[in-house]
Amino acid sequence: MLEDYFRQYGLLALFGLVAVAVPTSLLIASWLTSRLGLRPRNPTPVKLEPYECGVQTIGGSWNQFNFRYYLYAILFVIFDVEVIFLYPWATKFITLELFALIEMGVFVAILLAGWAYAWRKRDLEWSN
Amino acid sequence: MSCQLAADNVLYANGLYRLVYDLVGTILPCWLSYVIAGLVMIFVLVNAVLLGAAVITWAERRLLGRFQNRVGPNRWGPFGLFQPLADLLKLLTKEDLTPDGADKPVFALVPILMVAPLVMMTAVIPFAENTSLAALNVGVLYILAVSSITSIAIFMAGWSSNNRYAMFGAARSVAVLISYEVPVVLSLLGVVMVAASMSLGSIVEAQVLPFFLVQPLAFFVFMAGMSAELNRSPFDVAEAESEIIAGYHTEYSGVKFALIQAAEFGGVGVVSAIAATLFLGGWSGPWSEYLGWLWFLIKTGAIVFLFIWFRATYPRLRIDQIMAVSWKFLLPLSLVNLAAVTLEVFLLRGPEGVLTTGDLGIMAVINVVVTVVAIWVFGNLIRDRVKFQARQPSDVVVPGVTTIEVH
Repeated sequence: MLEDYFRQYGLLALFGLVAVAVPTSLLIASWLTSRLGLRPRNPTPVKLEPYECGVQTIGGSWNQFNFRYYLYAILFVIFDVEVIFLYPWATKFITLELFALIEMGVFVAILLAGWAYAWRKRDLEWSN
Repeated sequence: MSCQLAADNVLYANGLYRLVYDLVGTILPCWLSYVIAGLVMIFVLVNAVLLGAAVITWAERRLLGRFQNRVGPNRWGPFGLFQPLADLLKLLTKEDLTPDGADKPVFALVPILMVAPLVMMTAVIPFAENTSLAALNVGVLYILAVSSITSIAIFMAGWSSNNRYAMFGAARSVAVLISYEVPVVLSLLGVVMVAASMSLGSIVEAQVLPFFLVQPLAFFVFMAGMSAELNRSPFDVAEAESEIIAGYHTEYSGVKFALIQAAEFGGVGVVSAIAATLFLGGWSGPWSEYLGWLWFLIKTGAIVFLFIWFRATYPRLRIDQIMAVSWKFLLPLSLVNLAAVTLEVFLLRGPEGVLTTGDLGIMAVINVVVTVVAIWVFGNLIRDRVKFQARQPSDVVVPGVTTIEVH
């Protein structure tokens, strides 16, 4: 029954609450141990500096990034959206006709052309 | 007041859930027994993940010790089995520092966001026949969706730490995560296609022949991709100590560090459970109606051992090599697998859209050949063609060693 099926999502929501509650309760327990004096807590300015293997940090933490991260992100988005279309198709493919095979072949081929173009333009390399 | 689970209820098939439900239902109202029976299942799953993480840290240290001809931790408890407990106690009583200039709420939220999705992923895994918290018909999609929350947590860790090495580590880590997400997701398409279902229970039932035989290429891509997604060797560049300290969790200490480590090692367990379900046949085995959980545990343990073995064997790759492996090697391999499985399913399926055991056997034979050929072809394709002359005195000739090839 459909209503029964959605009961499982109720259990899933319950699971989500517990899954968040367990690490949260550990963090609270840790805070309590520091309150009870079981855990030391005496921060000093040197201790609170960003850790850099003993060297003092010069400048902030905002550095320039390799722009290739951005290209990988775009490629990822394209392929992930493709996959969203592929999953329902794959689930039902065993009963589908030849048309579905050709249709999806064309769809994947277009994306593959883009991927090959990115490779050809050396966008998949880390450094030129 | 009595409350029994109706036979047409979708949760009826789940033996453990039904047992608790009927037991509690004799004295409590229906909605309460619904919640309590659910909580019992949740209790099992949460403990499986967190205790599993503890056992895996122990197993990893013991086994790595053996691999490296050492003993490993062996002081506390039999075979050092209580070592994780000692580690946890130590980390709980350690000073918990939040660096100056850190984004404090985000910083504190990261351990929760690392552990919670990991625990959530176990909801759809059947650890015995019909026994999962929720037998969703979109199980595979659910796992992929929930597992990708981790990349947000990793970036939050790097962002909030006010440490440039944490930031670099997070950027690298997220880049690796999203790059390996694509081949992993594509490799699972073949599994979904042959089982004709995204529900993990149906996928297990479809495996009259385990899918790691039917689709060895998908198994290979899945294992390689998951090693990267778990930030494990040989793809653990996100925490390359010599380059960026400890990566995104450089600034974490105390219990927050414990939780991040638990997520990392728990992740190995959960991913192994998923791999065992999707490729090794999960709970199926002789007497699986009684011993399903045992088969499931054995198969999961085998995959965990494989991950530890990887770590002991392979040296770490550079970041550019990691990206190349994902985009130029694993992605084409997963597409080859997809194309091969699609055509095989299309040509071998019966009139009603069924694949017999014989069909699966034929697929296995073809796919083993496809796997070997594809790995050879694409492996050659991504080879670095730069050859360095080995530095050696000109008068000393070492037989067989003239050039060093860089892959």
